[in-house]
Amino acid sequence: MTTDVLIRVEGLEKHFKGNIHALNGVSVDIRRGEVVVVIGPSGSGKSTFLRCLNLLEMPSAGTITFEGVDITDPKVNINLHRQKMGMVFQHFNLFPNMTVLKNMTCAPVTLRKKSKEAAEAQAKQLLERVGLSDRAGAYPNQLSGGQKQRIAIVRALCMEPDVMLFDEPTSALDPEMVGEVLDVMKQLAREGMTMVVVTHEMGFAREVGDRVIFMDGGRIIEQGTPEKMFEHPENARLKEFLGKIL
Amino acid sequence: MQAWFEDLKAQFDLNFIQRNRWRFITTGLGNTLLITLFALLLGVAIGVIIAGVRSTYDKTADTARPGLGRKVLGFFNGLCKVYITVLRGTPVVVQLMIICLVIFAWSDNGVALASLAFGLNSGAYVAEIIRGGIMSIDNGQFEAGRSLGFNYLQTMWHVVLPQVIKNVLPSLMNEFIALLKETSVAGYAAVRDLTYGGNTIAGQTYSYFMPLIAVALIYLALVMSLTWVVGRVERRLRSNDH
Repeated sequence: MTTDVLIRVEGLEKHFKGNIHALNGVSVDIRRGEVVVVIGPSGSGKSTFLRCLNLLEMPSAGTITFEGVDITDPKVNINLHRQKMGMVFQHFNLFPNMTVLKNMTCAPVTLRKKSKEAAEAQAKQLLERVGLSDRAGAYPNQLSGGQKQRIAIVRALCMEPDVMLFDEPTSALDPEMVGEVLDVMKQLAREGMTMVVVTHEMGFAREVGDRVIFMDGGRIIEQGTPEKMFEHPENARLKEFLGKIL
Repeated sequence: MQAWFEDLKAQFDLNFIQRNRWRFITTGLGNTLLITLFALLLGVAIGVIIAGVRSTYDKTADTARPGLGRKVLGFFNGLCKVYITVLRGTPVVVQLMIICLVIFAWSDNGVALASLAFGLNSGAYVAEIIRGGIMSIDNGQFEAGRSLGFNYLQTMWHVVLPQVIKNVLPSLMNEFIALLKETSVAGYAAVRDLTYGGNTIAGQTYSYFMPLIAVALIYLALVMSLTWVVGRVERRLRSNDH
């Protein structure tokens, strides 16, 4: 693990209409190659934090510096930077009108000006890695939840991102399908991908996470290695949270 | 029986054959089809633009940075709302007469004016159909597109619109059928459409039965064939529904 900072978040705030303060000053550095797992009760702001990282939510205040560029600056073309930030959603969000292969090649061909052949070759290689080579011609509604999410992960990987953001990737899955998705994520972590993962899978956090962040009330309450967080939590709210879910 | 049949034949002869009165029907039918076609094209063009403005304004409410661009979009959004309210809130006959007899009173190109009137009116309805189609697409589709690096228009073009077209095509074709029948009021502004043609014959022969039944049957045949096409298209869309 190298130590250079890939994403620097400073004083991040997000207020929604109706005076809801989802984020109240979050500052954190995410280093290249690091796997950061964000945990916390629902409504703690962890999904909002993740969605702010690629500006799917526009922060109300604070800055996000990605690869040395302040992407919250209105003059920055966010679309170029988003190409380098893959995102995986709770509800997969595959494009239902496209085959698996088209889902994966649409963005690289349009945005990266890749040839159709090169994009398809790359997509097929990725499909093989997640064990879904035979589903290249299938449409999303012909896939199981676990298969959809694995496709969603490799779709994001087709843009060759520098960081992968996961927004509760296993929360909408049947229990028996959680494992196959986590396996893909673990493999990705082993290959050195920088990952920010919002999840309720504590086993994954403990096994794969380099750092665990506990959020509550729109703030980072405590962070540290999985051992420190799970074995020796300091904060009372973290202890209470872990007591409820473990 | 024989006398009744003879009478029918005489009526037919009087209303359609004598003095080539059938031409009122064919000319009228041609005009009706022309008006419907041009009104449809204009309506779809207006509808797409309005739906684009309205849904872009609504979709970007949370993520847009406040600024001049947002204000301009807000202005056009308001304009579109007024347009839809006025055009849907007044009878199409009144709109037609205002356009033909007030605004363009100097022009006698009835077909063009009627096309304009029905197109403007249809645009308001088409706009709401398309906007409904856009808003019915799960926001996750937008977010997935944006997260891959597509800009707003690319996301619309590559991801959202293909799904919207599929969803709204049956509604649009039904709007087309309704439009065809609506054009029958064109005669109020002395536009020589199919209904006006039948009415003209009846005015000359003092016999209403044949001309009006003929007109009704032609509308029915047109609507039935279009309905058949819509059914085909709907089945086709369902069969490759993935």
